[in-house]
Amino acid sequence: MSKLTSGPLSELTNESYHWERYTFKQKMGRYLAFFVVAGLLLWTFNTIDVFWPWVWSAPEEIQDMVSRMMPPNPYAVPEILPVLVETINIATIGTLFAVIISLPIAYFGARNVSPNKITLGIARLIIVATRSINTLIWALLFVAILGPGPMAGVVAIGFRSIGFMGKLIGESIEEMDWGPVEALQSSGSSRGHIISYAIVPQVMPTFWAVTILRWDINIRESTVLGMVGAGGIGMLFQVAIDLFRWNDVSMVLVSIVTVVLFGEVVTGLVRRKLI
Amino acid sequence: MLEIKDLVKSYGTGQPVLKGLNFSTEGKKLTAVIGSSGAGKSTMLRCINRLVTADSGQINFEGVDLLKLQGKALQNARRQIGMIFQAYNLVDRLTVMENVLSGRLGYVPFLQGAFRRFPQDDIDHAYQLLKRVGLSQYVNKRCDELSGGERQRVGVARALMQDPRILLADEPTASLDPKTSELIMELIANLTEELHLPVLINLHNVAQAKYYAARIVGLRNGVMVFDGKPDELTDEHLEKIYTSKDELSEQLNPEMETVK
Amino acid sequence: MSGTSSTVSADQHYVWKRPHFIESFWVRIGIMILSAVYLVYAFSTLEIDFQRVARGIPRAMQIFSGAIPPDFAARGSLIVSGFIESIQITFLATFVGVLLSIPFGFMAARNVTILPVYGLGRAIVIVARSLHPVVLGVLFVKAVGFGAVAGVLTLLIYTIGFVGKLIAEAVEEIKYGQIEAIRSTGAGYFTILIYAVFPQIMPRLIGLTMYQLDINLRASAVIGLVGAGGIGSTLNSAFGRYDYGTASAILIVMIGLILVAETVSGKLRRFTR
Repeated sequence: MSKLTSGPLSELTNESYHWERYTFKQKMGRYLAFFVVAGLLLWTFNTIDVFWPWVWSAPEEIQDMVSRMMPPNPYAVPEILPVLVETINIATIGTLFAVIISLPIAYFGARNVSPNKITLGIARLIIVATRSINTLIWALLFVAILGPGPMAGVVAIGFRSIGFMGKLIGESIEEMDWGPVEALQSSGSSRGHIISYAIVPQVMPTFWAVTILRWDINIRESTVLGMVGAGGIGMLFQVAIDLFRWNDVSMVLVSIVTVVLFGEVVTGLVRRKLI
Repeated sequence: MLEIKDLVKSYGTGQPVLKGLNFSTEGKKLTAVIGSSGAGKSTMLRCINRLVTADSGQINFEGVDLLKLQGKALQNARRQIGMIFQAYNLVDRLTVMENVLSGRLGYVPFLQGAFRRFPQDDIDHAYQLLKRVGLSQYVNKRCDELSGGERQRVGVARALMQDPRILLADEPTASLDPKTSELIMELIANLTEELHLPVLINLHNVAQAKYYAARIVGLRNGVMVFDGKPDELTDEHLEKIYTSKDELSEQLNPEMETVK
Repeated sequence: MSGTSSTVSADQHYVWKRPHFIESFWVRIGIMILSAVYLVYAFSTLEIDFQRVARGIPRAMQIFSGAIPPDFAARGSLIVSGFIESIQITFLATFVGVLLSIPFGFMAARNVTILPVYGLGRAIVIVARSLHPVVLGVLFVKAVGFGAVAGVLTLLIYTIGFVGKLIAEAVEEIKYGQIEAIRSTGAGYFTILIYAVFPQIMPRLIGLTMYQLDINLRASAVIGLVGAGGIGSTLNSAFGRYDYGTASAILIVMIGLILVAETVSGKLRRFTR
């Protein structure tokens, strides 16, 4: 008989045991978390400014609206199509614009490669500021400055994407293997060489992944820019809603879902090719 | 108690893996099933507890044809059949105790299982089994912190927690080093003898099969080509069972000395 | 030494070129040309009116001079109540939404459901994800009126789409052996889900909830722009009044709030392993 197991089962069958799934500390922790969350939810319910009669009538209203939207109006398609293309264009060019700018910003915003504290600080500030303000809000701003039209949309998309991509690419630079950089430094390469030979190859996969992901997100964002006047299908959506043309509304919704799906299909294909 | 008749199973549109397999258990012995990869050993075992559903045939377990069962009846049949897996198949993120107790999930109502409120008898039985397999000190340890041999011991305890009428083991030692492999085989052999439990084990190591089994069954291409006692297994029989020359020579001239 | 060839002569030259990412020359050229054509076309549709941009610069100056210094005082209480409402909407929508995402997520995972259920689940999740929260916001405002109700409903659907898909992915990645084992003990369908599937996705769930809290916080600010409650409507009216001081105050607080939320959720995520 091996030393690791004990004697025959028949000798053990008379003993009784106690078992708890969680230790006392764990149980306390779980209860605490539960009460904190429950407390927050209760506070929310109590203090939220809600007109309860509207809540109860909500299901009916929603049902009513949905029935008015059926069926989607196919005659709206010729009007929708070019605007849909414009939506994709806005997303694409905006992403492109952001790609070009976010690369140097990511570089300066990475602790391990940024030349000095000042550049680091400025780059980080840019990243934080552009990240925290939603695309639509940027669009509001740029429509005020540049006037309505897809240009404002492109710039808004670009600005938001700089923050998103700058942060992720910057993190990728901070996490990379420093070894190849040392090797190149010791062989007397210039900073430019080090960047292109040691840094770029390591960061490449993340760069592509982030770009593709952001393009996908930007397509979704572009669908609503029109509502503040920054181009794209959002404008048609707003008009149809304001005129109570529900069948057109649902057709626009269908086209939005289609264009987003298109983006997902394309990104899926590209991802598979690159990874 | 277990009788398989004319079992046929193919995956997809390829050749059938089981081609009219016939088999019955005899008494409460440890039966080893040997054969090369693709011979149908794993499929046969998985057909018994319906993890895989055969295309045609009969699997009579205690008089009931398992192939005809659905829903709750199937679950009730399954809980009487214990299974030990090559990859242990433990829920890694749960503790040893929870994994062992999961053997009772076929017996307790849904809410009890979800909230881990098992009857005291089950808890006692679990502790006893854990002591028997030598893992008492790991009761609340997460399974992904255990070694391979320790995990398989949990697997053994879990299967036995079901109070099964028969135990199936699908290459239980294939992922273990030779020494631990012996340990687990010993454990299974001894425990099932203590519990008077019939066992059906898939083994790729013929030496182990000969040492531990009271009866050996050889499969080739989905049918049984040998059925007898270990000392009746000659080299000619092995030749019939193992198709490829490499496997055959490996079985006839094992590299490592595994039997005491 | 026998077998080796003669020594390399000094005149022998070797050529090495770095292998291209896309091997075929023509495919590479094709892609480059197509991309160039597309970009030229797309730029041309942008309606870049340089005069307008030129006029925009003084306007930008105007905005910036109004925005600095940020004005917290004039509409201070409105700003505070707006943010509180956004936080409330976020909490409610996130927690209820994550709970609802669990069944939808399971429905959208191929390995644990039958085909028709999978189709339905996938369809729901896809539609919920494709519609921008602002679009959903507009629809809900039309249906149930202005205010927080529309906001919560909007973010609820948004959360189900987002978290539902991530849950479905997590469920599809689990190790099948664990399901097999629990199945072989005779356990029923829902027991298998709870014992074998749930523990494998639990840690992901907590991380997802934290992540979704952040996302919903940002989204709640935006849906206010169309009337679904929260700080968005305060911001919208500030812009409409050309009150750039208040607007910049709101934006600064927004940045701060999001940073705080991210730090907190980051710490919590590390804490819960």
